[in-house]
Amino acid sequence: MCGYAGDSENTIRNSAAPGSSLECRRSFLGALLGVGSVFVGALLSVPLIRFALFPLLRRTTELKSSPLGTLSEFSALTEPVMRTIQIEQVDGWRKAVSEKAVYITKGKQGQLLVLTSVCPHLGCTVPWNKEKNQFICPCHGAIFAADGTRSSGPSLRGMDTLETSVQDGQLQVRFQYFRQLVSNKEVIG
Amino acid sequence: MPSTLKDQSNPSPPPETGLRGWLNRRTGLDTLLKTALYEPIPGGARLAYVFGSGLLFIFISQVITGFFLALYYVPSADHAHTTVAYIAKSVTAGSFLRSLHAYGSSAMVIVLLLHLSQTYIYGAYKGRRELLWLSGCLLFALVLGMAFTGYLLPWDQRAYFATAVGTNAASEIPWIGENLKRMMRGGTEMGTLTISRFFVAHVFLIPACIFALVASHIFLFRKAGAAGPFIENPFKPEQKPELFYPRQVLTDLSLTALLIIGLGLLCFFVPVQLGPPANPADAQYIPRPEWYYLPIFQWLKYWHGAGSLIGILIIPTVLAVAIVALPFLDRGIERRPWKRPVAMGAYAFVLFVLVGLGLRSQYVDKHDPGVSQQLVKQKTEEEDYMRKPFEPELSSASLVAANAALADPLAAKGKTIFEAQSCNACHGDGGVGSAAAPKLIGVSGKFSSEKLEALLKHPSVAMTEGGMQAVDLKDEELKALIAYVESLK
Repeated sequence: MCGYAGDSENTIRNSAAPGSSLECRRSFLGALLGVGSVFVGALLSVPLIRFALFPLLRRTTELKSSPLGTLSEFSALTEPVMRTIQIEQVDGWRKAVSEKAVYITKGKQGQLLVLTSVCPHLGCTVPWNKEKNQFICPCHGAIFAADGTRSSGPSLRGMDTLETSVQDGQLQVRFQYFRQLVSNKEVIG
Repeated sequence: MPSTLKDQSNPSPPPETGLRGWLNRRTGLDTLLKTALYEPIPGGARLAYVFGSGLLFIFISQVITGFFLALYYVPSADHAHTTVAYIAKSVTAGSFLRSLHAYGSSAMVIVLLLHLSQTYIYGAYKGRRELLWLSGCLLFALVLGMAFTGYLLPWDQRAYFATAVGTNAASEIPWIGENLKRMMRGGTEMGTLTISRFFVAHVFLIPACIFALVASHIFLFRKAGAAGPFIENPFKPEQKPELFYPRQVLTDLSLTALLIIGLGLLCFFVPVQLGPPANPADAQYIPRPEWYYLPIFQWLKYWHGAGSLIGILIIPTVLAVAIVALPFLDRGIERRPWKRPVAMGAYAFVLFVLVGLGLRSQYVDKHDPGVSQQLVKQKTEEEDYMRKPFEPELSSASLVAANAALADPLAAKGKTIFEAQSCNACHGDGGVGSAAAPKLIGVSGKFSSEKLEALLKHPSVAMTEGGMQAVDLKDEELKALIAYVESLK
């Protein structure tokens, strides 16, 4: 009978002492209660664990797309135009809105490109130089062509293009930061 | 088959070998467990004795859920509501845990009232149990204090206005009332300091007192021994005792299971609502306290002006003193309810008055068309708010930069120049500074406009070495740029 208690020591002792059936029943009950409590406790801790692990399992920081303007506005571009976009960075229960400058320009095949104004060299903001028809970084003199490709200077790559999409005729851009001082474009956040 | 003390006087010797034996020799854990479980109960296990264990269980549940809620909650008037909305709307299982904590407080009050009633009706406060009763009374007050302080923390309309009324009620206490109210609010008005005070009371002060008092309550209970059924002699139990384990333990656990299932289903299907954020300027809002405060709320309505001293101070004080002093006043050995007509009559009367006041308050609200409409509107507003997706709070850092540019058109123009000239490349957006160049926020405090203009046109040696170039702008543009830089604070 007492084998059910799962306690071999008790089994031996109790089987050696006949007439202790009450003792035996109690240790079985104790084991049952122990297992039951552990089971219920584990069940109850599921929502607690899910609650505590929420920031690890879900994205609590995210960057949203920002609108730039209607597509038709940019169809007749002759040179890069600057637009200031508001980027919203969500951080848990709060968000930060900051402004970033981007350029809308045309690629070699005439397709629309959106470039970040952050210099891929050391992160200065690159202005468009109308007279020289080039992007010239004021900090260390990196020079880029109108489509953002590297012309000369210390930068290891051309200006970085941003992910775009079109929603209801509106050009949208998703702002991102890229690692500086490397020759390949690498997202950092 | 009830097991009696006789055949269980030494149910099993402590283990001597194995891990349990080792642990017991080091800690005495088995001995401790036996002391806890083999408490004799005169007359055997009963359903009526479950409430104490039930309270302990809900209290532990409140501690655990409260601990987890604090992972996301921020006690400040700026963030409290946002963080609670985040818990309720975004965080996985957040609404469930918050509901468990909120309904837990109601469950606590209900089980507490049942525990108190059982002790009172069974005359279990008799026979050298004065301190046990006293610690119970203090615990009752502390639990109500927990409910009161916790209610404010979500900082929604309901919480804000209920606490405004609650703290106002305190100010009606003669002589000390006004100071008491200011003490609770941390000032004359409700505000972020009120949240801090309520948070500290709810999370540190009152729980610490509860832990200490629960320990003494259990200690005093074990010292006095279980009182047993009401036919029992409160001093020298005569009934055949049964040990706490297993039958009473199982009975207690069945209540616990019932509580888990009941609360779990309630929280899952009817989660607690969160209303729109507190708006102190809202003059329409009609505050109503949680159900267990309704009788007091209704009672206070009747006492104004000259008579208020009687209703607000004298009657409650007499009642409180009578309850606290009960085991000193009622010293008879008789415990059977039908032989204690005065005690039972008083109990029935107080219960009748409390329930009556609570119902009256509900009735008055329902039959005043203005009030009932407003209450329905408030409920709808809560439901509407709960349906909206969670909206993150705008961090103050992003606001400062945006506002500075908007304040003055000249500065706004300066901001575009600041960005077009790539000043932000090194000095950062909004002049916050970067590794390449110092911040410009607050620079107007160091230099006059003239000095700034001179520095921009002809940077100092230190500036040039850092990479600063002379600014080549038209005078009006330079003015705008300086206006912008000076607006950075």
